[in-house]
Amino acid sequence: MTGVPAVAEAPWALLAEVTHACPLHCPYCSNPLELVRRSGELSADEWARVFAEAADLGVVQAHVSGGEPLLRPDLERIVSAAARAGVYTQLVTSGVGLTAGRLGALLDAGIESVQLSVQDARAADSDLIAGTAAFAAKERAAEVIRAAGVPFGLNVVLHRRNLGHLAAILDLGRAWGAGRVELANTQFYGWALRNRAALLPTRDQLDEARRTVAAHRERHPSGPELVWVAPDYHDGVPKPCMGGWGARSITVGPDGTALPCPAAYAIADLDAPNVRAHDLGWIWRESPAFNAYRGTGWMKDPCRTCSRREADFGGCRCQAYALTGDAGRTDPACSLSPDHGLVLAAVAASGDGETGLPGLVYRRPGRRRTAS
Amino acid sequence: MPSDAPAPAAVDWRPALPPSVRRRHDQVRGAELLLMPERVVRLNAEGGRVLRLCDGRTTVEGIVTALARDFPDAPIAADVPAFLARLRDRGWLR
Repeated sequence: MTGVPAVAEAPWALLAEVTHACPLHCPYCSNPLELVRRSGELSADEWARVFAEAADLGVVQAHVSGGEPLLRPDLERIVSAAARAGVYTQLVTSGVGLTAGRLGALLDAGIESVQLSVQDARAADSDLIAGTAAFAAKERAAEVIRAAGVPFGLNVVLHRRNLGHLAAILDLGRAWGAGRVELANTQFYGWALRNRAALLPTRDQLDEARRTVAAHRERHPSGPELVWVAPDYHDGVPKPCMGGWGARSITVGPDGTALPCPAAYAIADLDAPNVRAHDLGWIWRESPAFNAYRGTGWMKDPCRTCSRREADFGGCRCQAYALTGDAGRTDPACSLSPDHGLVLAAVAASGDGETGLPGLVYRRPGRRRTAS
Repeated sequence: MPSDAPAPAAVDWRPALPPSVRRRHDQVRGAELLLMPERVVRLNAEGGRVLRLCDGRTTVEGIVTALARDFPDAPIAADVPAFLARLRDRGWLR
């Protein structure tokens, strides 16, 4: 048998999605299509147990995210449990509701850094993607974060409608005082896959964006640090799935569902474990879900014999599932995949014009609404 | 590691972690870590020993002297200032 045995190394990071409630409705949201209701959420005490078990396993970093984590009135208790466990904790927020007082309380509880999202450079464009008027609140939140002197990262999901504004987005990052700007090209599963025709960029847009990033780095060598999260539809190279399935990171959802990746909710036959039923040690080491695609023993051709099998791990399991219905197939983003035509067809359909863009399906619990 | 040689560390510099970087001992991996937003740096045993002395009060000269006392045969005087300068260039020390 070729390949790496499926041994669970110690995980490094925990993504804690403490709620799916959110004032924003971004059409590429990484939350699942089936959102967890507030009544199903883990309590702060349950989160405290999760963080303690995570730290015992080797987790040293946590992203406290959502939805919008600020909608949890007990967020400070959740954060202090993470800090008590010795975990370096970052708040991931839309900024809506982030007053100086709230941030101060969260910093007292142990938040070490803040990642703020923004959807575009100008208020009208940003609010159109957010599906609500949130830009002004984000601007205030940026001021509050900067005034607190806490490490500040800005996250922008990039797609067809905002790639052309990238230079202005980078200027916004500087104006708002971010130390780091994450340029996250849309990954197409869940909500984003539903909106793919409206969001998938053209090749020309991506080429231009890469030049913009390079020029900005050259002009501003002292920062902010620009992190380009590469898109995977256009180059024939798959992204390395979470650094390997069940290799580095654990996602725990609002209701305690534990997954190797935030997109894995969608893999219907995965039988995801829950922290309410099992301790995180069992979930990480023993659960069928975390072992399903761990190592390389599960691979079929062409991955099984590929020289890159330990570099990109066959690509994204969730994308393989979303596009082919089988999470064990090669990621169709890979040019070696027999299903690569699915991705090429989508790229070809993206064309190079801006005309005839379909409307957006906004992320909302249990219903859909479109706008153009 | 960056390929370009960093500027040498001044002997009177008192290296300290910036507020965004936390050093902690990881009992699970038996290693010293630097934690920062979106990044974990795992130090080897020598690096961990050097970083534990970066308290903002001890000069580079003081760090070299302390380490040379414990490891008289190691090339401390040459290696440690260069190591500190590399970490400073990456923003992990100031």
